[in-house]
Amino acid sequence: MQNIIYAAASLSIMGLLFALLLGFASKIFAVEVDERVPKVRDCLPGANCGGCGYPGCDGLAAAIVAGTAPVNGCPVGGAAAAEKIAAVMGVEPASGDRMVAHVHCNGGCNAKDKAKYEGLQDCNAAIRVAGGPKECAFGCMGLGSCVKACAFDALHIENGTAVVDAEKCVACGKCVATCPKKLIDLVPAKNVVHVNCMNRDKGPAAMKVCEVACIGCKMCEKTCKFDAIHVENNVAKIDYTKCKNCKMCAKACPKGCIEPVPTAEEKEKFAAMQKAQAEKAKQAAAAKSADA
Amino acid sequence: MSFAFPEAMGIGEIFSLAVAAILVNNYILVQFLGCCSFFGVSKKTDTAVGMGMAVIFVMALAAAVSWAVWYFILEPLGLQYMRTIAFILVIATLVQFVEMFMKKSMPALYQALGIFLPLITTNCAVLGAAITNIDSGYSFIGSVVYGVASGIGYTLAIVIFASIRERLDATADCPKCFEGFPIQLIAAALLAMSFMGFSGLSLPL
Repeated sequence: MQNIIYAAASLSIMGLLFALLLGFASKIFAVEVDERVPKVRDCLPGANCGGCGYPGCDGLAAAIVAGTAPVNGCPVGGAAAAEKIAAVMGVEPASGDRMVAHVHCNGGCNAKDKAKYEGLQDCNAAIRVAGGPKECAFGCMGLGSCVKACAFDALHIENGTAVVDAEKCVACGKCVATCPKKLIDLVPAKNVVHVNCMNRDKGPAAMKVCEVACIGCKMCEKTCKFDAIHVENNVAKIDYTKCKNCKMCAKACPKGCIEPVPTAEEKEKFAAMQKAQAEKAKQAAAAKSADA
Repeated sequence: MSFAFPEAMGIGEIFSLAVAAILVNNYILVQFLGCCSFFGVSKKTDTAVGMGMAVIFVMALAAAVSWAVWYFILEPLGLQYMRTIAFILVIATLVQFVEMFMKKSMPALYQALGIFLPLITTNCAVLGAAITNIDSGYSFIGSVVYGVASGIGYTLAIVIFASIRERLDATADCPKCFEGFPIQLIAAALLAMSFMGFSGLSLPL
């Protein structure tokens, strides 16, 4: 009996002493944690997928409270999580447009090869071997570094060039960082018209290396009524804030490098419409000069 | 209640004890205690060094406190059979303490070690050191030195293995079926074999 009492008492007293010691220590070694961090952390899905670019949901929560990450930084949580986090942080939820990644290159099988490439099937490796296997120094090599970087299966190589599946893309930005030619950027999801070329060489040089390269002819610029597309550095660029998705520039482009690429029928219709407009303008000018 | 303390140890004895703990009876490579954290933390040399430091600290303190608990509480009260649970209590408290301390003063290391810091609690190496102290009848100074030396032996093994592992992952041309964990296990086994060379080493001090 005595033994049992000794055993129980000694262990209980030791346990109590250690607990007091730990409690004391936790006060001394208390770490200042912003109370919003666990609250924000609760609003996140907790999958630790890394799609936000931060180390796990804990990392993103800390970054949001520190102000280095946007409130809608979690692509998996989406708008629902963003609203809850905005409530915790006391700010208005960002009413931004949904962004998706886009690869600005249609080269691939349309672009000429410098030589047969036999090496690591990775763009970041290939670019170190004389700038990659394509003649075009700016174009997609189609070796799939971006495909490997994407955690959401949103990138695939089609016809030798990378293509983004806008349904699956969550705009985490990993492919943007991975592409050694810097061909990928984030565009608003509602914009469907894109210039698929980044070749900054002059027209004849660009034509030599790729069938669908932008030659800087400015037909698109002349056609656009909304001042949304301009040719800079021998390549067309769209201002997405002004673009109204009318697709006229795509139909006007002689090389077919603006997406959505028009079918032959559409091009005919467009050419006919342009002719009709030119006729009308001539007649109007003639009528004016007749009046005057 | 009668207290019975072991006799004091000479400086020569203590020194040869330390060498034995580091090389001859290395906790991971010879006694095979504490292997889970050994394989878990040895991905990078920096985190391995940090983990080693934490283990040295915990082992030294655990050796001291468990020695005191044995000779002041358990033996006098005839509670030798409570040894395991009492020592685990001590070690758990110490590891909690180390965690709090690290979180406050070394947050980067705390983030790097992650789950492995609480794993030291259930690490058989720490309990093994505490129990070996008692079974071999070391004095208080001897126990503390043994604890520190065991920690140093652990650190030595984990840092060597981390460097090997870094090289294995980066450069080795490995058959596909051995890539990753299998070849690391084989490397650890070879390392353990090399430490067999120390067996039987005793310093005439």
